[in-house]
Amino acid sequence: MKKTLGIIAGAVLSLGLVNANAATLKLALDADPVSLDPHEQLSGGTLQLSHWLFDPLIRWTKDLTFEPRLAEKWERVDDLTMRFHLRKDVKFHSGNTFTAKDVKWTFDRLKQSPDFKGIFEPFADVKIVDDYTIDLVTKEPFPLVLNNATYLFPMDSAFYSGTDDNGQPKDLLVKHGNSFASRKASGTGPFTVSYREQGVKVEFARYPGYWDTKSPGNVDKMILTPIKEDPTRVAALLSGDVDYIAPVPPTDLKRIESDKNSKLVTMSGTRIITFQMNQNRRAEFKDPRVRLAINYAINQEAISDKIMKGFSTPAAQLSPKGYLGYNADLKPRFDLKKAKELMKEAGYEKGFSITMMAPNNRYVNDEKIAQAAAAMLAKINIKVDLKTLPKAQYWPEFDARSADIMMIGWHSDTEDSNNFYEFLVMCPNTETGAGQYNSGNYCNPKVDEMVKEANKVTDTKKRAEIMQNIEKTLYDEGAFIPLHWQDLAWASKKNVGAEEVLNVMDFPYFGDLVIK
Amino acid sequence: MLAFLIRRIAQAAVVMFVISLISFSIQDNLGDPLRELVGQAVSEQERNALREEMGLNDPFLTQYWRFAKKAVQGDLGDSYFFKEPALQVILKKLPATLELVFGATLIIVLLSVPLGVFSAIRPRHWLSKLVMGVSIIGISIPVFLTAILLMYVFAIELGLMPSFGRGELVHVFGYWDSGFFTWDGIKHLILPSIALSSIMLPLFIRLIRSEMMEVLESEYVRYAWAKGLNPKRIYFLHALKNTMLPVITVGGVQIGTMVAYTILTETVFQWPGMGFLFLEAVNRVDTPLIVAYLIVVGAIFVITNTIVDLIYGLVNPTVKLAGKQ
Repeated sequence: MKKTLGIIAGAVLSLGLVNANAATLKLALDADPVSLDPHEQLSGGTLQLSHWLFDPLIRWTKDLTFEPRLAEKWERVDDLTMRFHLRKDVKFHSGNTFTAKDVKWTFDRLKQSPDFKGIFEPFADVKIVDDYTIDLVTKEPFPLVLNNATYLFPMDSAFYSGTDDNGQPKDLLVKHGNSFASRKASGTGPFTVSYREQGVKVEFARYPGYWDTKSPGNVDKMILTPIKEDPTRVAALLSGDVDYIAPVPPTDLKRIESDKNSKLVTMSGTRIITFQMNQNRRAEFKDPRVRLAINYAINQEAISDKIMKGFSTPAAQLSPKGYLGYNADLKPRFDLKKAKELMKEAGYEKGFSITMMAPNNRYVNDEKIAQAAAAMLAKINIKVDLKTLPKAQYWPEFDARSADIMMIGWHSDTEDSNNFYEFLVMCPNTETGAGQYNSGNYCNPKVDEMVKEANKVTDTKKRAEIMQNIEKTLYDEGAFIPLHWQDLAWASKKNVGAEEVLNVMDFPYFGDLVIK
Repeated sequence: MLAFLIRRIAQAAVVMFVISLISFSIQDNLGDPLRELVGQAVSEQERNALREEMGLNDPFLTQYWRFAKKAVQGDLGDSYFFKEPALQVILKKLPATLELVFGATLIIVLLSVPLGVFSAIRPRHWLSKLVMGVSIIGISIPVFLTAILLMYVFAIELGLMPSFGRGELVHVFGYWDSGFFTWDGIKHLILPSIALSSIMLPLFIRLIRSEMMEVLESEYVRYAWAKGLNPKRIYFLHALKNTMLPVITVGGVQIGTMVAYTILTETVFQWPGMGFLFLEAVNRVDTPLIVAYLIVVGAIFVITNTIVDLIYGLVNPTVKLAGKQ
């Protein structure tokens, strides 16, 4: 008996030693995940959660390269095939062993998801070579195999097979139903969900059998509280009630920087904010001179300085720095005199009246930006009738193309320039889905050709050339009005090593987070 | 009494019906729920297919009929976001809101009666003047501003109070987790309760004061003075009782209004109650939840008004309830 007690005591003690530096992370975000099902909604929130509960085959690093996760290494077999060698001895939270069939199963499920199937559209199949080797096969030569492989978070196929208490299949993928996968999860990730009350809080516990034993992360418990209101979220950090908040409203950046217990992490972001000029609604916008005049009239730097308080990077193109399509020659070109000349040349010296719409709770300072742009256009005699709406009402208006100029922000799901072009500048085509968010109806067949070419070329240098050429063409034709890339900001207590696990995708890898 | 209740229930049913019809007819103007359910890159066709599947493309009357059929059986539809019956979602949040309203009511009752009575009895006293002055400010500052100011001073600057949420809770029964049984829970309740009471408290102090002053001028109080009764007895027994009648009427209506004010208070303090839920539902275009919330709040209004009428009868037996012959 004494012996047993001794063993127990020893075990407890050693556990205590192991967990000596274990820490709890209390974080407040603006929303909590909509579902535990990683395939239900393609959104930042879902992907963040996926990195906590699951692991992708490979993931983005801070400097936009790839690092191995469940795939240890990979190599190109031929033009269509990329081979991934999977990590061995990885256990799912359920205790099942991770093998190639889980990857295949997950891939097939992704193909069914309305949200994710677009990303996996270029892929034909996953071929299982052996238990720990798979081939990802594309329909045509495709340059973004690795980019898209970051979206493949293998799910526990055995765990999600069969039927649940309601008689529904466990892998059922629905948007608005109480499905098994939306309530329960089994991945290979660093955390499991220990408690969840939607809209109130989610608690995570570190998975003791996590494969990545080399990870420096010491967070063994994580409590996520959604705090919608900006001032409240900031107050929660400043008063010490939480350790980490995101996003940080631009108005409070200085407040947090000057606080002795908190620190701020910022990065220039990759979400572009633009205005589109609808050529189908306004004949004036068909004239490139008018579009250029508007481009010359908008002062991106002033918007960035005065409205964004320096919390954005003024843009003259879609691709942010670091993307292949980024063309260093393109600079913001505010020049009121030039703008007036162009208007005169086009025969619109006296100007005209237009309508403009923008959301008022979707992008940072969206309403103020629209007001500033309207004032800037007034200087070249374009009278703007501006209407701003909450995003819930804005999107139906955007789909209906209800105004002459509309605001749209975009973040590339693939971290590649081509995604911008496909959605924002290609000729709108309801059949192929191209130009789905091109409310300006800008249409240049040459640009379309280049976009399609860039989708096939696997040579990085050549791709970069094509895409930079696209940016130049768009710039010269004044296809749309680029404004800026929104900066990203996070804040945490001083002892939280947040900067180590944050990246421009806004996927905090909390599994590796160190709290001192 | 029974006839009165039956009539009230019938009235309530009509009110619910009208509310459901109105909330149902505005839902098209709230936005597209599909936008909140899918990612930005999902195509219009895909969204349309989902809309069709959810029955959102059906004509208004078809949709309403489908809703009404289920609603009479107590099923108000499933929330898009919570993926649970909307009524259940709301009932889960109800205790949090009621505790907040109770906390605010407690502050109002404990402060407004003594302060109102005092400033009626001693209108020229400096304290009365101060109370009146402060109450003007209280009425004029919007609730959310009061809430943010309180949070700034007590949570950030002084660090005395927590800034958000409900803190440690004790499970009572059913959906009811209470914050009244732990010190942490009570601490979390203090700032939101003060913020919520900030509009109503001045209103009640002023109401009690003016009613009391009026009653003190009346014949029977003068008679009581002439009779040489103890001042305490005159103020607190004879005068106060009559003062309270209109106060109770207004109070009942205001408790209903307070449920509406919880939307602001709860949003600022991230209080997981019904009001906060409602604002979120509007943001997410969670139409079943919005409709259900409006119906539940309608029910709360009807119930509080009924209770107030009953209490009124108890305090003043001369009042006849409608329907009570």
